[in-house]
Amino acid sequence: MSEQDQPKHVADENKTETPATRSPENPAPATPAPETAAPGPKTPGEDAAAATALDTAGGAMQPSAVPVSAQSGIVPGGADTLVRRIFTGSGIVSVLAVLLALILGGLLIASTDKQVGATASYLFARPSDFFSAVWNAATRSYVALFQGSVFNPRGSSVAVQFAPLMETLTIATPLITAGLGVALAFRAGLFNIGAQGQIIMAGILAAWVGFALHLPLGLHLLLVLIAGIVGGALWGGLVGLLKARTGAHEVILTIMFNYIALYFLRYLLNTPAFQRPGESNPISPILDPSAVYPQILGTQYRLHLGFLLAIAATVFVWWLLNRSTVGFEFRAVGANPKAALTAGINVPRATVLVMAIAGALAGMSGVAQVAGTEKVLTDGVAATYGFDAITVALLGRSTPWGTFAAGLLFGAFRAGAVQMQIQTGTPIDIVLVVQSLIVLFIAAPPLVRALFGLNPRKKKAATAGKSKKAAITGGAA
Amino acid sequence: MSTTATSPVPGKPQQGKPQPGTPESAREKAPAISAKPVTWKVPVLLAVLGVVAFIFFGIMGPNQTAKFGISSSGDFFQLPAIEVPAFLGGIVLSVLMLGLAGYAVYLKTRNEASPGWLPIVFIVLFVAAFLIWVVGGARTPSISLAGLIAGSVTLAVPLVFGSLSGVLCERVGVVNIAIEGQLLGGAFTAAMVATLTKSPFIGLLAAAVAGAIVSMVLAVFSIKYLVNQIIVGVVLNVLVSGLTGFLFSTVMQANKAQFNSPGRLPIIDIPVLSSIPVIGPILFKQSVVGYLMYIAVIVVWIGLFKTKWGLRVRAVGEHPQAADTMGIKVNATRFWNVTLGGAVAGIGGSFFTLVAIDSFTKEISGGRGFIALAALIFGRWNPIGAFFAALLFGFADNLQSIVTIIGTPVPSQFMAMLPYLVTVLAVAGLVGRSRPPAASGIPYVKG
Repeated sequence: MSEQDQPKHVADENKTETPATRSPENPAPATPAPETAAPGPKTPGEDAAAATALDTAGGAMQPSAVPVSAQSGIVPGGADTLVRRIFTGSGIVSVLAVLLALILGGLLIASTDKQVGATASYLFARPSDFFSAVWNAATRSYVALFQGSVFNPRGSSVAVQFAPLMETLTIATPLITAGLGVALAFRAGLFNIGAQGQIIMAGILAAWVGFALHLPLGLHLLLVLIAGIVGGALWGGLVGLLKARTGAHEVILTIMFNYIALYFLRYLLNTPAFQRPGESNPISPILDPSAVYPQILGTQYRLHLGFLLAIAATVFVWWLLNRSTVGFEFRAVGANPKAALTAGINVPRATVLVMAIAGALAGMSGVAQVAGTEKVLTDGVAATYGFDAITVALLGRSTPWGTFAAGLLFGAFRAGAVQMQIQTGTPIDIVLVVQSLIVLFIAAPPLVRALFGLNPRKKKAATAGKSKKAAITGGAA
Repeated sequence: MSTTATSPVPGKPQQGKPQPGTPESAREKAPAISAKPVTWKVPVLLAVLGVVAFIFFGIMGPNQTAKFGISSSGDFFQLPAIEVPAFLGGIVLSVLMLGLAGYAVYLKTRNEASPGWLPIVFIVLFVAAFLIWVVGGARTPSISLAGLIAGSVTLAVPLVFGSLSGVLCERVGVVNIAIEGQLLGGAFTAAMVATLTKSPFIGLLAAAVAGAIVSMVLAVFSIKYLVNQIIVGVVLNVLVSGLTGFLFSTVMQANKAQFNSPGRLPIIDIPVLSSIPVIGPILFKQSVVGYLMYIAVIVVWIGLFKTKWGLRVRAVGEHPQAADTMGIKVNATRFWNVTLGGAVAGIGGSFFTLVAIDSFTKEISGGRGFIALAALIFGRWNPIGAFFAALLFGFADNLQSIVTIIGTPVPSQFMAMLPYLVTVLAVAGLVGRSRPPAASGIPYVKG
């Protein structure tokens, strides 16, 4: 869709859709957004109120996952110096959030370490022992994490040394595509908790096409991919349809759909159509060789074509959100559904469409699982990718490339965690802790800035964490 | 001067959460009789379910006689078992259901909303017909109804506490997706503390504290830092799951006797009363947590709807600006209510490790926090409603394990799927009409 199409398209919709979508009890609402742009000098309190009013449309709706004030490039409140703005901007907050989460994770690892416990008993006699034990425990785990996810210097050749990185990319593949699905829905103001179910449904269809049909090379893989995308899109689109039609909340719907999909998969894996012949475990036949993704960097790595498709999907979502009319409508609905309705955007249609596309993206993860890494269908096909995708999207601030980077980071965590557990005995669960802490900190920039003493205004008060207003002001700035 | 206070009133139910009836009302003219447009949703849903019941439970019903035992041998007095010919029972009940659906359609044609009892009676009939169908088709067509109900109540205990936590939070305007995390945190802490102190009762107390702490994080991030409440909730679930999983693997697994053998809370059997058939075991033969559940439901209901405190809480949840104008401290009220909700959910979590089994394992709450969330919505943000919704889910859960034992034609996976399907139907079909507290999910900043 070219840019010239846009006005016509929107005008068309205005003509045809508006009367239908405006219900009698829901007359065109006047949103108070313009008030927030009132000129004149502002006090910090007003800033906070303005930012909140912008994010919640004047207290009329839930703030979107990505604050509106953060979506525009303009930082409100800002006659600060350039340096200060760099250091208080969202980029540095993300880095600090990751750092802070790693520190806390390290402390947690240390707190259960035997050596640390032993030295703690004579902490006051020789504190250096204690602190070096803490340092050792944390760094040992993190070094193992790094070696398991990026580069292992003990490998015999360069190829082996970089094998962990390839593993990271492999694991990141489903995280990225599912994360994109969640992020896209976030941008349209929808909480898509259902990536898990969408991956499962996609996996079911893709796997069936993969092992039940026997088609020529190329065509077979294409059909597998399409089947998976359609499966995910239908499962996601159904949620969108139910929400648009009945007003049911998508959080509840997607959570329930996850369970329904899982039990449906478990049922199927016990039927003759899906269970591998002669097998009593719930596992499907292996997919045909013509139905699986080729390994793009040779057979020694698991990295498959799905990773390139994930990059393509990221480009697609970027284009969709930033360059297409549909994407503009999605963002408008996400920023303020009532204003979008008033502007003639068909909100129910956008809801169905965005959930279908989100489901399709999650479906690509399902395909990456059955046709890429696993090559069979089991009831663990989605692992926890669907839930991790939510944190990936949140960490990526729901932007396509941010999600891509976050997917890589979490892929590295997952790949490295396995190595970490083998080498140091630190349980994989620590990754969950670090991941969730990262997202928590990133979601609350004022907290991170306060902890590092970077709050733009009322620095003292915010650092002490006593003045609420100052903390909120930090959020606005 | 403020931006939020001067903005138009956010009182419409459509905001933020479900948008009941928008597309329907767009398709048809607004009815003149009632302010709320009557939709086809309920009549159509009931009709479809009625037809499904008629075909499956009626026409295709099994030919055996389903036997439902009522009394157990130790009861005060014995009642005979109910025996229902499955085919006949299915036909009769499904015809009754179709009748109800027809009545709803008739009311709709006259633009009148169906009365509130109608869906409830329908659900009861549907469950009864389903039960007869399942038991009638089983290899051994006989189950103990008393055992089924008692088991359902037991399984519903954490759900009830979880949904009460949801009620307390949402009524004050904070969405609580973190119920799962609160339950899990409560379960873990209960096991840990009860083992260390060798007293399950202290463990119970600690569980409440743990739930409250999880809730406080939710409150701080959503109230003070204005982070989207659903995000905080989702992330908190992951955090608690990771934290308990980590500590379980590093601390508990290595030394089970020292950290993970809490012992169970005793079952308190009230003499005589507990021997009453059916209701005896439910009401008078429970653990402390079970009795606390009944007390909590009643206290929360009275508190919310009959006291000054409850009025304030609901005002904050419905219209924080008005509440603020009247001198209620909105954010403080929210903070303490959310904390209280967490404590309630924490007690529910202790059920897993102090009543059900006497040790903690990873992910012991198994997604029940989300079911509690569904029960909360199914129960229309009302403590009593949430209680019965939770009972229904507990019933489905229990039925699943029982029908697997007696052997039915229905695959167990579909039985397991049932609560979730019911929730989708309920949320999409029946609950759409009701609405969450208006300010639920919206942070409040004093302008």
